[in-house]
Amino acid sequence: MVFLTGIFSSLMSVAALAADLEKDELTLGFIKLTDCAAIIIAKEKGFFEEEGLYVKIEPQANWKTLMDRVIDGELDGAHMLAPAPLGHTEGLLTKAHIIAPYVMAENGAGISVSYEVWQKMKPGLPLQEDGKPIHPIKADYLKPVVEEFKNEGVPFKLAMTYPVGVHNYSFRYWLAAGGVHPGYYTPTDTNGYTEGDVQLSVTPPPQMPPVLQSGTVQGVCVNDPWHTQISVRGIGVPVTSSLFYAKGLPDKVFGVTAEWAEAHPKTLKALVRALIRSGKWLDESVENRDEAARILSKSEYVGADYAIISRMLKGQFGYGEDDIRDEPDWQVFFKEKASYPYYSGAVWWLTQMRRWGQLESKPDEWYADLAKKVYRPDIWTEAARELVAEGKLDATEIPETDGYKTHPGSDFIDAIAYDGKKPNEYLQKFAIGKK
Amino acid sequence: MRNEPLRQILWKVGTPALTFGVFLLLWSTASANITTNLGQVPGPTQVLVQAKSLAVEHRTERRKEAEFRKNQTERNAKKLAEDPSAEVKIRKYTGRATYLDQIFTSLRTVFTGFLIASFIAVPVGILCGLSRTIMLALNPLIQIFKPVSPVAWLPIVTMVVSAVYVVPKEWMPKSYVISSITVSLCCLWPSLINTSIGVASIDKDYINVARVLKLGFFAKIFKIVLPAAMPYIFAGLRISLGVGWIVLIASEMLSQNPGLGKFIWDEFQNGSSQSLARIMVAVFTIGLVGFALDRVMVALHKLVSFGQEIH
Repeated sequence: MVFLTGIFSSLMSVAALAADLEKDELTLGFIKLTDCAAIIIAKEKGFFEEEGLYVKIEPQANWKTLMDRVIDGELDGAHMLAPAPLGHTEGLLTKAHIIAPYVMAENGAGISVSYEVWQKMKPGLPLQEDGKPIHPIKADYLKPVVEEFKNEGVPFKLAMTYPVGVHNYSFRYWLAAGGVHPGYYTPTDTNGYTEGDVQLSVTPPPQMPPVLQSGTVQGVCVNDPWHTQISVRGIGVPVTSSLFYAKGLPDKVFGVTAEWAEAHPKTLKALVRALIRSGKWLDESVENRDEAARILSKSEYVGADYAIISRMLKGQFGYGEDDIRDEPDWQVFFKEKASYPYYSGAVWWLTQMRRWGQLESKPDEWYADLAKKVYRPDIWTEAARELVAEGKLDATEIPETDGYKTHPGSDFIDAIAYDGKKPNEYLQKFAIGKK
Repeated sequence: MRNEPLRQILWKVGTPALTFGVFLLLWSTASANITTNLGQVPGPTQVLVQAKSLAVEHRTERRKEAEFRKNQTERNAKKLAEDPSAEVKIRKYTGRATYLDQIFTSLRTVFTGFLIASFIAVPVGILCGLSRTIMLALNPLIQIFKPVSPVAWLPIVTMVVSAVYVVPKEWMPKSYVISSITVSLCCLWPSLINTSIGVASIDKDYINVARVLKLGFFAKIFKIVLPAAMPYIFAGLRISLGVGWIVLIASEMLSQNPGLGKFIWDEFQNGSSQSLARIMVAVFTIGLVGFALDRVMVALHKLVSFGQEIH
């Protein structure tokens, strides 16, 4: 009898769970980068199915296509660049209210320069004891090269991946920290070249190695595996990873439209529950990271070689073929509350949009309001509390916070500390940039 | 002279076999000497290996799908056995599309685009062929739109389809509609132009016969014009289908239609050491399928050409 009721109740709970969801067959989009891991692992390790979700995951051609398909409703949700939901909600691109209840990864971007530029930078660089250059390398060392190009009247071109994306702002941050003006966006200049010493433009990630090799651009800001490919082939040299110029900020988020979230609250919570479990699994052990690398290297997922993906997931950054260094936090999925969507992370990206002229000057409250409208720690926390109650998560893994985390100067390459509650004060501190 | 038939066969089979052999040789030597940032350019062997691995992946995926369905049926049966009023749900398998699926998606898309194009091109072409005024009126539009590449149409088609086709049916996703329409915009022109030339060059005697017999407009078209212009129309359709197949790949790359174009773009994004070889498999597939489509059109063309020689 006990046995029977046991079966019955477990059946009931599965059935109840499934019946409870507004939608249980979903299609999620991703871009072939290692930071989509939480989605892939949630499917492959069965976390989605345990939440009663039947998920189809589909690689997208580029960030623009991905965002358009989420906005159109062809995709239920997707892996997104951390600033993208903010940019779309504010209407910098196709206007649509998008929310981000989960951070898929912190860090992970990097900057590489072409071999030609590297040769010019190299003589001036400070060296370690073993004769290898000290990383991170600041843009101060790039400045003379940019000036040389300028004097010859040749534009210094750089590539990033999306106008309201991580790599655009990261690249600008690193350049400006070294006194190289990356250029302003103005109402008439949507390329963001105004007053700039350099020209940043959009290039799809797989084309980064070829354009760097052909000399079409002199530097790129992108995620791995592309830096590894660049360094291994001797096309260029990585100078820094995002770990050193802007640490601990959200790099990718999971996003859905606000409309979708409203129509499917239970489904969304189930998704976030599965993603939290997936993120936790990813950061649990080196063995899990290794298994993740094997899964991600399948051609229908990230598809790059296992050797390259595992190097990245195990925290080894290749500055050159013979110069691989340990950077354990090169890509963080969950630990130290990385997956929690802090408002301060959202506000940081917004300050950068203002800094480079994509946004008008706004009062502090505006930043807080937009962050609150887009980043949704409330959904994350609700899902996490349920998992704690079920014993699937530890209570200490939920941050006790009002959503704002302060970053000391040591998180940034220019040592400027950041407090997300005072964005305007923060903007005042930069020598280059709109206030 | 006794050996004449044998020589004929040797000549007919041997010549292409020889060129193909030389091609393979050149390819494998050249590829061994070019290193890209995705590793060495694949030679014929690597491509063959990848073709096999795609076939294996297809079979594995099908097996997984069968297992999924079996488990589902069993689960549902069990549920019903315990509680006859329980609600059971048949879920679709959420695995990925295999290479074979992608080939069929591409074929379905190209034929949809080609059919849309033909239904517009042939009637308009007939009107243009019959009336010099209509021809004169439409000519500028035809000349302007004819050379436009699919990549130029795609953003416009995407926006328009997204605006008009708001709630997509499950069997007709937006990406499929977008790719098909883009294909039809590009492969419309050869059929249209050929049809109009074919109709315009019909022997005047035939038209006079129609006049003498006092045939109505539609009777004239179906009894006289269409049969007489058929060879031209089919020559046009053949070119159109070829063009459609070429532009399909480009439009699938960007519109996310899960066919061969998307396969190539995804592999390019993968950037793994097998990616180039897998893309080469797609190149050969595209070539072979295109060749087969062309042969089908030639066969149809022959059927309507009453013994004229077609190559």
